[in-house]
This record gives sequence, C-alpha cells and structure tokens, in this order.
Amino acid sequence: MSDAASTQRVLPDLSTDCAGIRSPNPFWLASAPPANSGEQIMRAFDAGWGGAVWKTLGQPIQNVSSRFGAVNYRGTRAIGFNNIELITDRSLDVNFREIYEVKKRYPDHAVIVSLMVETREEWKEIIQRSVDAGADGLELNFGCPHGMCERGMGSAVGQEPKVNERITSWAKEFSPIPVLVKLTPNVGDIVPHGLAAQRGGADGVSLINTIKSIIGVDLDRMVPEPRVGSLSTNGGYCGAAVKPIALHMTAALARDHEFDIPISGIGGVADWRDAVEFMLLGASSVQVCTAVMLYGYRIVEDMIEGLSEYMARHGFATLDQLVGKAVPQYSEWGDLDLNYETVARIDEDKCIGCQLCVTACHDGAHQCIHPTGDGRVPVIDEGECVGCNLCQIVCPVADCISMIEVDNGFAPATWNEHVTEGAALRPKKGVH
Amino acid sequence: MSPPSSARAETAFVDFKPPYTDAQALAEANRCLYCSDAPCITACPTRIDIPEFIRKIATDNVKGSARTIFAANILGMSCARVCPVEVLCVGSCVYNEMGVPPIQIGKLQRYSTDAAYAAGWRYFEPGPDTGKRVALIGAGPASLACAHELRRAGHAVTILEKRAVIGGLNTTGVAPYKMKADRAYDEAEWVLAIGGVEVKHGVEVGKDVAFADLERDYDAVFVGFGLGPDGWLHAAGEDLDGVIGAVDYIEQFKLGEVDLSGVEQALVIGGGNTAIDAVRELVGLGVPDVTMVYRGTEAGMSGYAHEWKAAKVESVRAAWQTQPIGFVGEGAVSGVRCVRLDDKKQPIDGSEHTLDAELVLLAIGQGKLGALVAELDGVTIEHGRVIVDADGFTGRPGYYAGGDAANGGKEVVNAAAEGKAAAIAIDRWLAEGHTLRSEGERNV
Repeated sequence: MSDAASTQRVLPDLSTDCAGIRSPNPFWLASAPPANSGEQIMRAFDAGWGGAVWKTLGQPIQNVSSRFGAVNYRGTRAIGFNNIELITDRSLDVNFREIYEVKKRYPDHAVIVSLMVETREEWKEIIQRSVDAGADGLELNFGCPHGMCERGMGSAVGQEPKVNERITSWAKEFSPIPVLVKLTPNVGDIVPHGLAAQRGGADGVSLINTIKSIIGVDLDRMVPEPRVGSLSTNGGYCGAAVKPIALHMTAALARDHEFDIPISGIGGVADWRDAVEFMLLGASSVQVCTAVMLYGYRIVEDMIEGLSEYMARHGFATLDQLVGKAVPQYSEWGDLDLNYETVARIDEDKCIGCQLCVTACHDGAHQCIHPTGDGRVPVIDEGECVGCNLCQIVCPVADCISMIEVDNGFAPATWNEHVTEGAALRPKKGVH
Repeated sequence: MSPPSSARAETAFVDFKPPYTDAQALAEANRCLYCSDAPCITACPTRIDIPEFIRKIATDNVKGSARTIFAANILGMSCARVCPVEVLCVGSCVYNEMGVPPIQIGKLQRYSTDAAYAAGWRYFEPGPDTGKRVALIGAGPASLACAHELRRAGHAVTILEKRAVIGGLNTTGVAPYKMKADRAYDEAEWVLAIGGVEVKHGVEVGKDVAFADLERDYDAVFVGFGLGPDGWLHAAGEDLDGVIGAVDYIEQFKLGEVDLSGVEQALVIGGGNTAIDAVRELVGLGVPDVTMVYRGTEAGMSGYAHEWKAAKVESVRAAWQTQPIGFVGEGAVSGVRCVRLDDKKQPIDGSEHTLDAELVLLAIGQGKLGALVAELDGVTIEHGRVIVDADGFTGRPGYYAGGDAANGGKEVVNAAAEGKAAAIAIDRWLAEGHTLRSEGERNV
C-alpha cells in the first residue's frame, strides 16, 4: 500500500434518512421554482442534490407578473427575497408523469411531493396519484402565507393546530409513504404546531415556510413591491436574512420534550455552514430554494464538500452523529451564568484605525472605547466594558477584536439560582 | 471672460482616470467602511467629510453627496480631478493598512460633483449685503474659493486679474489627462454664479492700480496672485529657439495649438511635478523620445512617485544625476551639454556629454511674486512668499493671502482651503468694524 493510499481518509458518509425518506446526501431542493419540473430536478440531481421536494401540486393556478422582490444591502443583492407566486400552474397529469420519469431514472434520490388541496377526497386522490407516480414521501404544504391561505389552504391550515392535525391524519390514513408537514413561521410559537403535526401522525416536519412580508415600496410610484400593475400584495419572505428565525424555530422544536419526530430544516440555507447550523440544531436534512434561484444548482458541490470536510474535521462518520449536537446548549436566559465575564481587547498590530468600534461603543453601547489622541488605535476601558460584542461585530478586520474571559472571582450563578437560592452576582458594569 | 477656444492641442488627451459609471460608483461607494473621525478627512486640506459624501452615493442621494463636498470645498469638482489623492485622502484610507485597495475617493468625488454640474444643482446663496467690498488679486483657485465664501457672507467682491483667462493654473497649468481648460472655465463660471463678483481682466496691481487705490476703494484685500514665470538656468545658449519654460509651454498647448513638427527628441529639465507633467504631456502630444533630466536621483526627486511611475509606463526615460550646463544649436536648440553629478551633487570630471533635443522645457521652478507686496508695511516676504498665519493674515491689517503666493506652490486643494480660511477671517475682521478705507471715505 502506498503512503498516499494509507493516509487516505475515509470520507464521512452523507447518506441521509429524514423521517424514513432516504437520499444520498441531506441537501434537498425545497418545494419552489427550482423544483418545478422533471427536467429541472433531473439536472439538479446530476449536479449533486440528494433530493427534491416537488413544487406544490394541487388545483393548478394562474400566477401574476411580476412575482419576486428582493432586499439589497450595501451592494449585496438579495440578502432577503420574497415571492407572491402560488403553487404549480402545470397540469397534474404532466407533473405526475414527470415524477414517474424522474424516479425511474434516479431511484436512489429522494423525490418528495408537496401537496395542497382542500377536501378529504381531494387529499385522498392526490396522495394516491403521488404514491402511484413513485414518490418517496409527501410534504403537506401548510405554510404558504400568500394567495393560497386566502382560499383556506397553506398557512391558514398551519396556523390552526386542530386543522393541521386533522388533515395530517387524513394524509397518514391515505399514505403508505412518509409524510412531512411543512410548517409556517407566521405563528407566535412554533411548538404547538409541530406537536399538532406529530399528533396527526406526521413522520416529520419541515420548516420554515416563508414569512409574511412586504419586501419594499417603490418610492416614486408609491406601490409596494413586487408590483402587479398598480397594486401589490404581501408575499413570503425567505433567503439569507431569514436564517436566524428558521434556526430558532428548528431548535425550539428540537429541544421540546414532547416533540420527537425528525426535522427537515429550511430557511436561508445558502452554503455548507448554514446547513451544518441547521443540523447541529436538530435538522436531519436541509432544503434550499432561494440560493438556488439566485445562483443555480451548482452551489451543491461546495455544500457536499464543505459538509464532508466539516464532519471529517470533527470526527463525525455519519450524519446522525452530528444532528442535534448543539441543541443541549440552547438554554433559557435564566440558566445563563451571569457571572461569566468577557471584555473586548484590540490587537494593535491588526487594527487599521477605522475607529468604527469607537462610534459603535459610544453611540450604540456603553461608551467604553476611546480614541487616544495618539495614533489611530483606540483604547478599551475594561473596567467599563460589558463584553457586549458590538465592537467585534463592527470591526472590519478578522480577529482584531477578541472577547477575553475575565476571572472575576465569582462562582457561576444564573438568574434562576439568584432568585431561588440567592446566589451572589458580580457588580454590574457599564451602568453610568 | 470667454470659454477656451476649441482649437487646443490638449484636446488630444483622454482622462488618465476615466469617470465612473453609475455601477462602478455604487460598487466603490459600498466598499467604504464609513470610518469614525476618518483619516481621509484629516488628510484633506479642505476637510471634506469624505465618508459622508460616499455614503450618500451609496444611498442614491447624489445631490446631498455633492452638497457635502461643496460645503467644504467649492472647488470640489476640479480637486476631484487634480488632487494628488494618492498622497492625501486615498493614501490615508485605512484599507491601505489592511492590504485592501483603498477607496478611490477622487473618482467618487468626481462622480458626485460632475452630477451636480450636469444637473445644474446649486447649493449656496449670497449673504445679505453688508456694503463691504473686498479686492482679490488674481483669479486663481485661492481667489475663487475666497470670493465664494465672501459672497456667502454678503460682501461685494472684485477680482483683479492681469490676464484674459480665469481659473489660474487650474485653467492654464493642469495636465490635460487630469483636467482640460474648458472644465476649469466651467468651474469658475459655476462658482461665480453665486453673483456679486466683478472680475476685472487686464488689471495688474502695482502697474495698473496701486495698493493705495485699493485701500481707498476696498475694505479688505486678498492676495492670491500665485507664482511668477518659469525659472531659468542662466546657462549659455538658453535663448535658442526651442528652449522654453515648462509652465509657459503647458499653457500654450492647453489654450491653443503647438507646432511639434521636427521634434523627435525632447528634454525636460527638472524633477518636480511640473517636470513629470511636462514629460507625460510631450509623450501625449506625440514626441517620440522624451527624457527627464534631473540633477538628483530617482529617490530624491520632489515629484510624486505615483506620477513618475505613470510616466515610466508611458515610456518616458530619465537622465538622473545630470546637470545641464549649456544649450547648443544654430538658431534653434539641437542639444543640451550636461555633466554627471556624484551623490553630493558635484560634477564628475570628464563626464561632459551632449543630449540631443529639438525641444527643451525648463521645469526648475517658478519665480515668486512676493516683491509685489514687499513695499507694504507689515507684510513679510520670505523667499518670495507672502508670510501668513493660519487665517491667511499677512500681518498688515486688512491684508490676507493664500494659494501659491503664500504657500510657495502647492496643490489646488491647498489654495481652496487657504482662500476659504482667509475669507472667513476677512469676514470676522470686517464684522468687528475694521476697514482699510479711511474714516472719511468709508461711506463713499
């Protein structure tokens, strides 16, 4: 055996089982325009995607023009995205024929069919046709926040746990294949909705669907965007900007003691790091739409590579070793150690003298970073620094400002311990 | 004052730094870190709030962006083109510390100010009439900036200019790949459109009008007469045809045509920024072989390194540590006798040689005009410069100075800053009730 071969690492196994739906990797196209047709999905599989959730089937609709809007920020385009497009506008016959063809050609890839209809009979029929076409799983679209909800479907179902549970139970009654329930984030607390799907018998949930939004307003026409003639309507917000909301909802379900079915994570996944975050917080697969709409199917190459390298670096051989690893570290505020103390420290050699930290601290934090009047490197008054991180966030130089742990001599004490046991808290800082 | 003729040799030049498109300006503006107490502001003699004007480009508030620029520097349009940003604002951009290309502040400033000119945006109104009159000697950048600020304060302004053109070296001396004369003329017009500024051409103080006359007719005087003619080597043969002062020659091709037929080789004597401009201009005008002759070393030249780098790229050569000692030719120059100098600038024995040339420009500095005001009590002249304090005050009550006449020859942006500072000081002095005019004539 050559040296090269003997040092060859065994690549981590990315094969995925999410709610009984198997795929070669955890990267699925979300139910959306990139998963609109068989031709597209086959190209996506060729590019490396492990699965696809077919664009929602139901009674074909008529769409408007235009349909999409975006938030651009300081020259970066589409950090947030919204749409007012509805479910499939293609005939069910065409869709099912294409599903059949895709599954025949790609038996190892996951094809999940997203569904949205109204009556029990309609659910029965469309589920039967999906199963007959060879689908590996179903995803019940209880999330769409525009257009369909006004017809009593989509988020109108997802926002009402009893309706969610009932329709989920119908689907389970009719479906021999796994059923995922796609949840809407347009609720105060995601947990009751995840539990409703679980009670209905769902094999898993996928979340989040898009967030009800107005993406912007045309300043001269004074019409919201995207504009349809002289009017607009609220749409569904997605893209990189929504990831924090999606991560929270994923984690909220993952750590709930009653909730115990798998999660397919959705919301702002654009690269392997995003995917790992969702997985660490409990998702066993991730779904991607916006990033593919913006950059194409090709982004999956980096996602697969990055995830593999990450797993190898951390010694994870399979995905189940990674999924949920960060969930125990998601705690209540009252269980945080109030005596844990950090202060900011500036690396003088790295500082470029922009003094963004000075203004940020003075105007937005606790007035403890000061110009010295002697050179451009500011000084931090550590006695006043509350360790808030704002300076580190505004600093344009990587690793220039670090948050240094301070040993203040106080034993760890949480708010809950303080309230219940009178645990001693360190003196407050930054209180002027 | 009339616009420059269209028959100008300088029109052959294209911009060395082409203007930004909207997309380029937006991309560059979005890169700006928006520093606090930004070093680029400190580096600007006029203290333009650079991060603010750049942010306004990024937010599609170009009108406000130009307002920020002009509020600090009314000559912001020409400064955007002619400032040595590499050693001022751009040179101090914190991105340099990060190993990231610095923000192209000059190009962004040009973007906003050009937009303001194109759209006809105007920002400033004259102040309520104070009844005071101020005479400004010279119509260069220092006087234009001074005049504008005085008008904002409500004082009447008269500019006395001995020449037919306005704008000073901005019109007659700026390298045409940075700015052409018509643009300097546009700026003078734009600045003076505030109204209330009388420009008297063909008036030379000390010849056509005496200081006593000014003190009779005006409440204060600003001295902004710039520099004098090109300096000469006073070497043998300097009077041959084809031996010309560089500033004089640059003015010729900026305002009219020049005949370069038969000129295959040209020499420019000097190592300052005028010399570098001149060599690049001669190359641009089509002279095949252009050499800069400087008595010092490349490292020791006073011209900006970035400018010399550009000249080298344009195929200019240099004869370092070389001293001209005489000019040869029959009626017209055909060469320059030179000696090589050692590191102590001493001639090296036996190093005499002749550099062939059909055109020789002398760029060894311009004369100073301080003597024009030397007769005035209280005014101090050193090395031909009018000595002033930070407000441009000369030491003689009512007399202020700025620009090259006082600083000895700096950038347009220095003149703009000094002219404005002097105007503020003049306004303050007048507001205190002072005047140059004698008591009995004050109300004439």
